[in-house]
Amino acid sequence: MADHEFGFDTLCLHAGHIPDAATGARALPIYQTTSFVFDSADHAASLFNLQTFGNVYSRISNPTVAALEERVAALEGGRAGLAAATGMAAQMLALLTLAQNGDHIVAARTLYGGTYSQFAVTFAQFGIATTFVDADDPETFRRAIQPNTKCIYAETIGNPQLNVLDIAAVAAIAHEAGVPLVIDNTLASPWLCRPIEHGADIVIHSVTKYLGGHGTTMGGILVESGKFDWGNGKFPQMTTPSRGYHGVIFHETFGDFGFTMKARMETMRTLGPTLSPLSAFLLLQGIETLHLRMPRHCESALAVAQHLSQHPAVAWVNYPGLAQSETRKLAERYLPRGAGGILTFGLKAGAHGGAAAGERFIEAAKMMSHLANVGDAKTLVIHPASTTHRQLDDAEQRAAGVLPEMIRLSVGLETLDDILWDIDQALARAQA
Amino acid sequence: MARVDDVSGIRRILLQSRTIAVIGLSGNWYRPSFFAAKYMQDHGYRIVPVNPGYEEVLGQKCYPTLRDIPHQVDIVDCFRKSDDIPPIARDAVAIGAKVLWMQLGIRNDLAAKIALDAGLDVVMNRCVKIEHARILGGLNWAGVNTGIVSARRPG
Repeated sequence: MADHEFGFDTLCLHAGHIPDAATGARALPIYQTTSFVFDSADHAASLFNLQTFGNVYSRISNPTVAALEERVAALEGGRAGLAAATGMAAQMLALLTLAQNGDHIVAARTLYGGTYSQFAVTFAQFGIATTFVDADDPETFRRAIQPNTKCIYAETIGNPQLNVLDIAAVAAIAHEAGVPLVIDNTLASPWLCRPIEHGADIVIHSVTKYLGGHGTTMGGILVESGKFDWGNGKFPQMTTPSRGYHGVIFHETFGDFGFTMKARMETMRTLGPTLSPLSAFLLLQGIETLHLRMPRHCESALAVAQHLSQHPAVAWVNYPGLAQSETRKLAERYLPRGAGGILTFGLKAGAHGGAAAGERFIEAAKMMSHLANVGDAKTLVIHPASTTHRQLDDAEQRAAGVLPEMIRLSVGLETLDDILWDIDQALARAQA
Repeated sequence: MARVDDVSGIRRILLQSRTIAVIGLSGNWYRPSFFAAKYMQDHGYRIVPVNPGYEEVLGQKCYPTLRDIPHQVDIVDCFRKSDDIPPIARDAVAIGAKVLWMQLGIRNDLAAKIALDAGLDVVMNRCVKIEHARILGGLNWAGVNTGIVSARRPG
């Protein structure tokens, strides 16, 4: 008899955690320990040789963190996951497992500012070059591919331009070149989009955002699809004996979760950006209501976008769910259940220019929180040009989709009328 | 007596079996066959190496073929190319094994039919170690999506 397939909502609550073997505890125990005892010298040797599954040291694995890894892997329809201290750390682990000195990445130009800097500044220091291309034209990815390219990297929903990627088209280009497509799915969350179903090979999350959902805890994760052919000749690190493990060949020994094992046992083990067990517990608590929160984020964001579109003080509104949105067709295909909780808009210039009006709007907000985060249960507001993308110069900002007058809203779960009330009073004061 | 591919069927096989003949078991500790056999040995199974190239692997006497094994075998676990499996299936039937198990990446419908017709259970394209760890605990510690949802303690 075939196994019953559980639905997404059930996986939000159950995947990765069955009642504790030792105690029967129904909630996930927080294994707040650095280390785990060995049963014997032979057991220790087996663990260090990767011949048995088990825990040695919480930098490498921890049962509470593992529950989070399995849950997100299940929600994404992936084979395995590796959690990290932050989304940036998870992304670094994925890319440093794929690429080394002399290698190359092709990435969307419209990326979260921190990701852009990680690639353009930090990876460049490691000898890994990145070509940034126009994410709205999949062919630009193809043209940028070189013999030493190790992956294509893009976001489901670009931040902050909110352009939706044609994941299937870019995946086909990546696979023709024999490289994986790595997708940051943070702004969509797996409730809105599961990139692996469209051909992505590795999915990254800042779990800090919608997955955790409450603005309490930092965390990141990478999820491997289990479908990419690491034996295609382009990834000798997967198919030749590992120096770190006396000859283990990750692709051969661990099959469809070999990439995650390599990222864990080599990249994580030696670089160490581990997620704490307590953080994993808090993030999992958030994930248990992901399927209830996301519809509300989407409904309220659409209502706010429609409200702003009709406001006389607003020059433009960008939300993938709006009828006039340039990215609407892709949003309908890849985000059929809703276009997410984030939107941007520009204030009309007024007497002091658009950037000044934007700053005045933020100063006037009473309930919306001015801070650098998205995906909180509370409504958040920020002026990207002077904050998240401040490290980029004017031309780089425009290339990344950041306009001087742009305000970004992360629409929360408050009473919708209260969100609209705060927006209206702040718009009135911004224009005064 | 069926082709088994579901959690409850694989759990039954793993709980009912005690002796595993491993065809193509390597003596090199970093080879996948050695990994899998050592794991199962550590979890209480009697491993019977089958490989004409060795006298002994994992401290157990190694036999050239299945038919040379003088005692009961429950699972015949195959680390060989898919095309090589039908004669192994005939041997598995001949020695009265209960399960023909083909490892990850190995499938052979003819071999499966030979075994099924003789009343054996057949598992294809699955790793015995990964399935044990997936269903009876351990694989979850590696962040792997086990597909297990349950409100009962493991075991």
